[in-house]
Amino acid sequence: MAAVSGLVRRSLEQVTVREAINQGMDEELERDEKVFLLGEEVAQYDGAYKVSRGLWKKYGDKRIIDTPISEMGFAGIAVGAAMAGLRPICEFMTFNFSMQAIDQVINSAAKTYYMSGGLQPVPIVFRGPNGASAGVAAQHSQCFAAWYGHCPGLKVVSPWNSEDAKGLIKSAIRDNNPVVVLENELMYGVPFELSSEAQSKDFLVPIGKAKIERQGTHITVVSHSRPVGHCLEAATVLSKEGIECEVINMRTIRPMDIETIEASVMKTNHLVTVEGGWPQFGVGAEICARIMEGPAFNFLDAPAVRVTGADVPMPYAKILEDNSVPQVKDIIFAIKKTLNI
Amino acid sequence: MQRHDVASVTNAPIVAPRAFSPRDTQKVGGVALAVWVVGGCGCPVLHSMKKMLAAAVSRVLGGGAQKPASRVLVASCNYSNDATFEIKKCDLHRLEEGPPVTAVLTREDGLQYYRMMQTVRRMELKADQLYKQKFIRGFCHLCDGQEACYVGLKAGANPSDHAITAYRAHGLCYAYGLSVQSILAELTGRRGGCAKGKGGSMHMYGRNFYGGNGIVGAQVPLGAGVALACKYKGSNEVCLTLYGDGAANQGQIFEAYNMAALWKLPCIFICENNRYGMGTAIERASASTDYYKRVNFIPGLRVDGMDVLCVREAAKFAADYCRSGKGPIVMELQTYRYHGHSMSDPGISYRTREEIQNIRSKSDPIMLLKDKMLNNKLSSIEELKEIDVGVRKEIDDAAQFATTDPEPPLEELGHHVYNNNLPFEVRGTNQWIKFKSIS
Repeated sequence: MAAVSGLVRRSLEQVTVREAINQGMDEELERDEKVFLLGEEVAQYDGAYKVSRGLWKKYGDKRIIDTPISEMGFAGIAVGAAMAGLRPICEFMTFNFSMQAIDQVINSAAKTYYMSGGLQPVPIVFRGPNGASAGVAAQHSQCFAAWYGHCPGLKVVSPWNSEDAKGLIKSAIRDNNPVVVLENELMYGVPFELSSEAQSKDFLVPIGKAKIERQGTHITVVSHSRPVGHCLEAATVLSKEGIECEVINMRTIRPMDIETIEASVMKTNHLVTVEGGWPQFGVGAEICARIMEGPAFNFLDAPAVRVTGADVPMPYAKILEDNSVPQVKDIIFAIKKTLNI
Repeated sequence: MQRHDVASVTNAPIVAPRAFSPRDTQKVGGVALAVWVVGGCGCPVLHSMKKMLAAAVSRVLGGGAQKPASRVLVASCNYSNDATFEIKKCDLHRLEEGPPVTAVLTREDGLQYYRMMQTVRRMELKADQLYKQKFIRGFCHLCDGQEACYVGLKAGANPSDHAITAYRAHGLCYAYGLSVQSILAELTGRRGGCAKGKGGSMHMYGRNFYGGNGIVGAQVPLGAGVALACKYKGSNEVCLTLYGDGAANQGQIFEAYNMAALWKLPCIFICENNRYGMGTAIERASASTDYYKRVNFIPGLRVDGMDVLCVREAAKFAADYCRSGKGPIVMELQTYRYHGHSMSDPGISYRTREEIQNIRSKSDPIMLLKDKMLNNKLSSIEELKEIDVGVRKEIDDAAQFATTDPEPPLEELGHHVYNNNLPFEVRGTNQWIKFKSIS
């Protein structure tokens, strides 16, 4: 009995997203000597958000490197190291600061394999928290999914839960291409059950494949990162009213798994997209455009609808901030509107 | 008297005829051969030389040699094996000692440097021509005048050292092993180009050579990163990280200086100061034009970039410094470009023709090396002319290829987006046009 219950406890472990990313990086650092982490406060401070806790103690100065406040410089150094055969993980304290270094991400990393005619790969990971936090105001709240998702040569992933976080960071590190991993600060402390499969050191979540988190028949709700949780909450509420939502967790922004979304829309005939970023030229806009171009268009019984962040720089006051990010009630409203309920 | 191409076994072909006179002729295999003898050599060994010659020739011909009858071995006692030169002392910043003030040039090295510089020169001039004939499009930044920098750097560093530069890259590309043919074909955008026509002038890569970078200054942190990888792997290699006087004012370069010094990265920061950043003279762009002194905490050298020996000795000094684990070092190469910034810049609105002509006549790097070699009997006019002929042919053949090789196939437009990836489809200009993408 004791042995069985021990097994059961081990097979469903509660792991926070922070711990999951930490585990993923730890396993990959152990697996391959060429992997190393650099960024501000990643070593002795254990990470600005404690995501890299314990790694410097375990791996030391050579592999966990504290940088000065020089995003453009250290991102470039990371890209150069990747070109010369190492596998760096370059942390941006938040992706807002990546704007200082965006030339290195796009022009030096993303485009190089193509420009060199296939001679020079750049196996680098850029990771850090992306999007809105709580009360950090306009300069610290921008979502970069659309900006990075725009660029050929990059892969862009956006984990929601712990399984996503661990599996995607591992896949990103093992990928020979520049991968942008858009984490979410508000999700770092949220615990999820991690299956025994997901606890394995070889567990990977494939880049480029979405996951259907909840099956449904009436409407397809597509999201990425923290809003996936809000969509599931909305689905629970609506289920009581007899509306069954199919909730899709994109997991990857680029290359986008449009096929999974299309198959779902062809089943449900309705589509709502949900994201934290601004509406114009955003992830939802891209999904809508592609749905129109593909087989699913003819199955739509209503126009596709987008739920996004408000089209303003993020305000500070709580009432304003709360109304600038998509809430569960906004998702429910959009779903009912689409279903004409 | 006919001159024939000779294959030199003793590293000594026919001596230039202008100062000497023929003493003897022999008919070998139906080919008239002139044996030139140095007047000043005073060879009492002339007779035994003739014997040696005859023996050598019959060895070649009698042995059923594949060499054509016109290839003949000629011994000569004229050339020196090497010579020692005084070179300009480098200005130093935070260094007690600098590179040596004398340099030994062997005949072999001299011929190689001459050939390489001449190749870069001719290649750039050919690119100029091809651009005007519209075989090359877009950007084309030429480096003629700066040849000594590239050849000297390569000569002073180790073969396994790394290098990276900005967009005026063709000379360094060649020095780092890319063939003239692959460079010109990349400029003309053909499938035989070193990047398969995907990159063009500013994006050429090779072994231990990281381009070719279009964004001014971005290559400097990249170079520091390559140096980090060298240190990380314990490979005892350094990274030569080149940038111009214009780029020297980029903030990211100072970020790279700081981290390279902090972490003692084996990075040689090399500022090619050719006096103009595009159309802006250094005095108009930089509060301080002592680029080698820019960093308070990194030592620096200022080097005569028109003298290949100066550059070589400085590069060797700098590489040794880095390799010893002391951290980065800055090298400023004072050099000059004859062309304007790019092919769309005539280069005379911000500088005078007189200035350009002055440099050409007094400081041309190829001329300086040639004079050194001739004045010290390391070579002869004939021999150098022969090299010129060979270089010209190489360039012409390469240009021929570059203008006739087909463009990359349209089907490959989507290739090389990702490395080590399963094939996938890339969207074209509308939703119905798709390209297959293979790694």
